[in-house]
Amino acid sequence: MIQPAAPDLITVNVDGKDVSVPKGTNMIEAALRVNVDVPNYCYHPKLTVVGNCRMCLVEMGMPAVDPATKAPVMDPATGKQKINWSPRPTIACATNASPGLHIRTTSPLVKECREGVMEFLLINHPLDCPICDQAGECKLQEQSAGYGRGYSRYIESKNVKPKRTLLGPRVMLDDERCILCSRCIRFSKEIAKDDVLGFTDRGSFSTLTCYPGKKLENNYSLNTVDICPVGALTSTDFRFKMRVWFLKQTNSIDTESSVGANTVVWSREGAIYRVTPRQNDAVNDTWMSDSGRLIYKDVRAPGRLDAVRVNGVESALEFAVTEASRLLSGAGAAVVGSGRSSVEEQFLTARLAAALKAQAWVVARAGEGDGILVSADRNPNVRGALVTGLIASLPSPRLDALGAAIDAGSVTAVVSVGEDLAAAGLTPAQLAKVSIIYLGTQANPTSEAAKVVIPTLTVFEKHGTFVNQQFRIQRFAKAVPAAPGATDDLAVLSRLVSAVGGQALGPDVGALWPSIASSIPALATMAYGNIPDTGLLLDAAPWSALRFPEGQTLHYKPQANG
Amino acid sequence: MPAPEQHRLIFRHIDEAGYTPALDCYVRNGGYEVLRKALQRKPEELVEEVKKSGLRGRGGAGFSCGLKWSLVDRKSGKPIYLVVNADESEPGTFKDRYIMHQDPHQLIEGIMITCFANKVERAFIYIRGEFPDGAKILEKAIAEARAAGFAGPNVLGSGYGCEVYVHRGAGAYICGEETGLIESLEGKRPYPRIKPPYFPAVLGLYQCPTIVNNVETLCHVKHIADMGGEAYAKIGTPNNTGTRILCVSGHVQRPGYFEFEVGKVTMGQLLNEVCGGPLPGRTFKAVIPGGSSAKVLRFGERYKGKRKVGADMVEYDWGVEDIPMDFDCLAMIGSMGGSGGVIVMDDSVSMVEALGNINAFYSHESCGQCTPCREGSIWMKKITARMVHGAARPEDGALLKSVADQIAGRTICAFGEACAWPTQSFIAKFGDEFRAYAQAKAAPRPANAPELV
Repeated sequence: MIQPAAPDLITVNVDGKDVSVPKGTNMIEAALRVNVDVPNYCYHPKLTVVGNCRMCLVEMGMPAVDPATKAPVMDPATGKQKINWSPRPTIACATNASPGLHIRTTSPLVKECREGVMEFLLINHPLDCPICDQAGECKLQEQSAGYGRGYSRYIESKNVKPKRTLLGPRVMLDDERCILCSRCIRFSKEIAKDDVLGFTDRGSFSTLTCYPGKKLENNYSLNTVDICPVGALTSTDFRFKMRVWFLKQTNSIDTESSVGANTVVWSREGAIYRVTPRQNDAVNDTWMSDSGRLIYKDVRAPGRLDAVRVNGVESALEFAVTEASRLLSGAGAAVVGSGRSSVEEQFLTARLAAALKAQAWVVARAGEGDGILVSADRNPNVRGALVTGLIASLPSPRLDALGAAIDAGSVTAVVSVGEDLAAAGLTPAQLAKVSIIYLGTQANPTSEAAKVVIPTLTVFEKHGTFVNQQFRIQRFAKAVPAAPGATDDLAVLSRLVSAVGGQALGPDVGALWPSIASSIPALATMAYGNIPDTGLLLDAAPWSALRFPEGQTLHYKPQANG
Repeated sequence: MPAPEQHRLIFRHIDEAGYTPALDCYVRNGGYEVLRKALQRKPEELVEEVKKSGLRGRGGAGFSCGLKWSLVDRKSGKPIYLVVNADESEPGTFKDRYIMHQDPHQLIEGIMITCFANKVERAFIYIRGEFPDGAKILEKAIAEARAAGFAGPNVLGSGYGCEVYVHRGAGAYICGEETGLIESLEGKRPYPRIKPPYFPAVLGLYQCPTIVNNVETLCHVKHIADMGGEAYAKIGTPNNTGTRILCVSGHVQRPGYFEFEVGKVTMGQLLNEVCGGPLPGRTFKAVIPGGSSAKVLRFGERYKGKRKVGADMVEYDWGVEDIPMDFDCLAMIGSMGGSGGVIVMDDSVSMVEALGNINAFYSHESCGQCTPCREGSIWMKKITARMVHGAARPEDGALLKSVADQIAGRTICAFGEACAWPTQSFIAKFGDEFRAYAQAKAAPRPANAPELV
């Protein structure tokens, strides 16, 4: 693991408590280090500071020095250096820590400032929490509990603004709820590099809108919904579907590319309602793509395989495994693993190939990298296939060599772990010529042609790990129960390994990891339970000669030689 | 005591018969001679003269001009810009427009001297959108000056070059706030910047060090360069040097603009003698001394305290009429000299309605960037509008003050104070009128009451 350089630490004082912070840390972050919460709306740690909400006003003081001699002025009452408190409150977000800085966050003035801002934000706010999707995760609600008046002094009529503006295909705007914090504007400009949002009109009539002729339709538009502190921006997909406090949160990983954005899956009673980014400052900060959020729809997609079938007839799993092992036991087996499988599945896939003395293949998925959080490698776990030894070199998008072996008759049976062989270049004739054992979630030409079909799980229905483009191993967890008729990939693979004469290995992540740690050098010191939520960097040196396809993304720079 | 004579330095030729904005007229009257002499001197000397002069900015804040110049980051290696704040939008103020309309070359000469002194090679005149004629006159004057070698490359053969550009605003009060002005000049919404870190002297126009000066201030620079800082400092009173243009509007016999040595004329002399006193049959009720955002003064009030005169502390006990019109005295009694716009109200004025007018202006002009000003200004406006047009409540005055107290000192720019101070001071000085307004509104109008429009 590579440690960052030790920062230049200075001491500041928050509400009487000294705390060491790196120089340049702003007051909000400094206060957080001593668990002091400075309420705010417009501040976001990953965006530029504008200081417009004025909620984070605090009192600021600096140690007094004699202007002439520059000697510290002591306070006889305390014996310590006197503090000159500024008569005006200061915004904590835009004030950086300097040596000796003092902050008061609990004084009467600060409380009064917060209550004032809170009241101002609410006078023209519709207060429609009962029908607002943000309710339960709304900063206005949260902070009005702490700083709200409890009743309104406002008897005038409220401002009227547009209620349902579709900013783009996935984002709906309610201007009356908007508190004009400009987080979405800054995000679009600074992170998504798609400057389409701005304000029109002025004063209290300021209105968020797209520039004329523009739409908020970039692949990161839903991040504006995440960072909107109120219910102004809502997701057209999630809007009016579920109250957030009913949802269970499960940590997961975005599988759309090798970036491996950290995510949270929000589900209730076995159904997923949304996927949002989870902060990982080394991978995706607090962002993720819109496309990655829609992958949860695979769980209930039409065409999901729902029954074990042998030669087209619904069968028991045991019979399917026996039949698969019979088909494979003749000479000429091949194993097509997947860059979408977890490390654990790839480990068992490699064991299966070894037990069968068969060659293992992986299919590459190439796409355009967007330079932000979608990379050119659209498999989430090609690095895992390398680490587990499933493959030794980078995969190709086509299985032409396997096709040739089928044509030549040297391969007569193929196990495919979730890969559509037709999409990887095998012809219908080749598919018909071999006995196919297909493990997967979706019906496709390969499952149609397969002799044995065993439905398995989507990433949302199982536990496991992926190794992303940085060689960072990251865990994902089971958010919802398995779909009817589907079996955990690990259980299927471990049975197959045993059935073809390989070493019996545990059928789940917990049972497998001791074997994984003892046989994979790169993972030798690890245990599944010990991988932190933000992942662990593996030593990538053994693969430094490979020319990976990824270009630069948010926290990834390709190696100079590859 | 009779009022002193006007001391017309900046306004020497304003309204002079036969005087035109053309270059030849300016040159005929000795124009650009100061620039010619200034170019012979070292820039640092000129900066020193301005420091010695004690010149304070005439835009509203009264900040020391020499100090402002000395704060400019000259080590960054970036170009230094001069931005001329010609966005004269404070209600009650109408001095810069006369300079630009009638004597534009005086401004250009002041700009060129300032640029030379500060090694500036690009100056931008940001003129408010409501001054289309002023912009045309300035454009023409700059073209004339450039053709004659008073501006542009190689000024008067000195090797020094500086271009002056005119940029028209689109009609927003907030563009007079210097960082809002800079944003607008950069082509963006004029959202004032947070300070720190965006002090114009370091991170101004295009993130380069920038000097922002008012039109009148820059004209004073010309006269300082002419007579020298020390001679200039002898005009006016200590710490309030030079002359000041006072714009009087409202209920006086002769409203207008008058240039006096700073602090040499009192409010009473100005209103009663210079402006001819109240309209027939009326008496003065209130005066706002420095543009609409300054705190209102109530006639009949006494202001007592101690102040420094020379080296001594002297007691003072003033009525409104006794207040000398300078920066320090007006600040001392709780208002400000501001932009020099003196707004007079007589006994025909309802203070609730007057505040309603002011609040309507500030809520219309709030840029909307930061919460207290955006929401507070419109709330105050809605309260006073309701009082005037609908149902006033006795508690509205207290509510108004409480709202204003939640704005001042908590905003990104000084607009927070500008919109809160009128309300705070109107309630403090005329609270009884606000409490009684509901009944006053209900009472029938006296038959001979003046009609307000």
